[in-house]
Amino acid sequence: MARKEYAFYPGCSSQKGASASNYLTSVHSMCNTLDIKMTEIPDWNCCGASVSYAESGELPRIAMNARNFALAETNLPGQDIVATCAACWLGSRESKERLEHNSGLMADTQAALKEAGLQIKVIPEVRHMVEVLIEDLGYDELKKPIKKPLNGMKFAGYVGCQTNRPFGIAGESFENPMYLDKLIETMGGEAVPYDQKVTCCGGALAFSEPEKAQAQIKDIIEAAYDGGAEMLVTPCPLCQANTEVYQGQINKKYGTKFNMPVLYYSQLMTLAYGGTAKEAGLKGQVIRAPKLEQFAG
Amino acid sequence: MSDLNQQMAAKYQNNFLREIEEQAEMGEWVKMCMQCGLCSGSCPTNFHAGWDHPPQELFMMIRAGKRDEVLKSNSMWMCTSCYNCYVRCPRKVPVTHVMHGLAEYAYRIGQSPKNQPTQHLSKTFWDNATKTGRVNEVKLTQSLYFKDGIGSGIKKAMEMQAVALGLVKAGRLNPLEAVGIAHKCKDIKGIHAMLAKANELEAQHKAEKAKA
Ligand code: SF4
Ligand code: SF4
Ligand code: SF4
Ligand code: SF4
Repeated sequence: MARKEYAFYPGCSSQKGASASNYLTSVHSMCNTLDIKMTEIPDWNCCGASVSYAESGELPRIAMNARNFALAETNLPGQDIVATCAACWLGSRESKERLEHNSGLMADTQAALKEAGLQIKVIPEVRHMVEVLIEDLGYDELKKPIKKPLNGMKFAGYVGCQTNRPFGIAGESFENPMYLDKLIETMGGEAVPYDQKVTCCGGALAFSEPEKAQAQIKDIIEAAYDGGAEMLVTPCPLCQANTEVYQGQINKKYGTKFNMPVLYYSQLMTLAYGGTAKEAGLKGQVIRAPKLEQFAG
Repeated sequence: MSDLNQQMAAKYQNNFLREIEEQAEMGEWVKMCMQCGLCSGSCPTNFHAGWDHPPQELFMMIRAGKRDEVLKSNSMWMCTSCYNCYVRCPRKVPVTHVMHGLAEYAYRIGQSPKNQPTQHLSKTFWDNATKTGRVNEVKLTQSLYFKDGIGSGIKKAMEMQAVALGLVKAGRLNPLEAVGIAHKCKDIKGIHAMLAKANELEAQHKAEKAKA
């Protein structure tokens, strides 16, 4: 038996061929090394994300999340739900809180679930992957399997919003959370200080208000360069995509020369644990990270 | 739609604050605001001249009964859900959710700006996600680009071509999703039945509120 077991909620972006498929690949490699068993919640569905608020209404959005709870509870009893996407985590946790504090909402939700042949008894805990790493294992345990520390590499840990607010990681401040820096340093890398660690990248508005979102993204990347970083590291698929894929457009618009790879913490960990470029999902970078590819050998 | 607007305006006469408290999700929080301005100062879209009215100002306008100005505003649609305001508000107003609630209410009674891009995104996203239970990223992107018609859609798609190609090359955008070989839930039927029930109950509650 694995040392820890969780009900895995990958989210839409972390599926094969989807925008965070490299995240998924590296999470699996990392969990393998750490002897963590992640079982996908059977037939899980989308959480609705923050931006669906105008169309969905409260109850349908919560029902979607409740369906995942019911499926997890039925099929993987006693296991915490673990999300890798900050928005999935937030959407699920918010739904859990509202359901637990509002019996009317709970009754309506149960009525809706019944139509899908499901029901909720106890809502499992909903956690983010980094919470599990830090709280259930701890930095010392995370250090043990290291075979190749990331010596001499400089990263800017980009925490962004939704892994940080409103819930955040226990014991961390909203203004200057340190966990991502600590993870980087635990893997042997250097976490550079810079002043846009928790700046919002624009989130879903990167689609609907690209100019405004790109102005934000520009500030983030610029600060990371100013801090001396070679690469950015994120805990969330949307943060990753937003800070990576628009660099070309930003260069065109602002005359900048951005070309900064944006990695997931799980990719760094996979590499430090001696994993291959493939196991770390390095081919999935839109802006390739040659230094890491070389490092992986 | 505008019938609903007239109905609401008539029902609440000149008490717009009460209308928001009763009709908008989380609207009951507006009266807790003490106008300290922390939320507006924390709001990222404020830094890049995004807002006409940052949250604190919107809350003041609600109290002042500026119904049309608030409901027709673009401002709440600019919210990125970053939760800066939410964690900083000294009165614990869930500002993010109030902003979403205001936007949703304006939209529901047909008063929100037409062709508002984030409103369109919200609808497109939800429709896309609930159709099969999971987001189809290719179709989502396509319907977002082509929102203003074919001509502008092609222009946008061209601008974004480098981005999309980058993703395809990196194995992170699967063109096959466009033709239906896509990620989806098995129990789509169950999901639709569940959502139909949820929509029915939600509509019922909203109608009760409107009448009461
Ligand atoms: S937050 Fe995004 S990726 Fe996560 S389930 Fe919701 S829609 Fe899918
Ligand atoms: S940084 Fe961007 S993607 Fe990440 S949580 Fe914030 S808004 Fe969302
Ligand atoms: S931070 Fe809170 S109290 Fe202060 S203006 Fe904003 S909503 Fe009002
Ligand atoms: S959550 Fe919305 S309103 Fe609040 S600071 Fe962020 S963008 Fe502004």
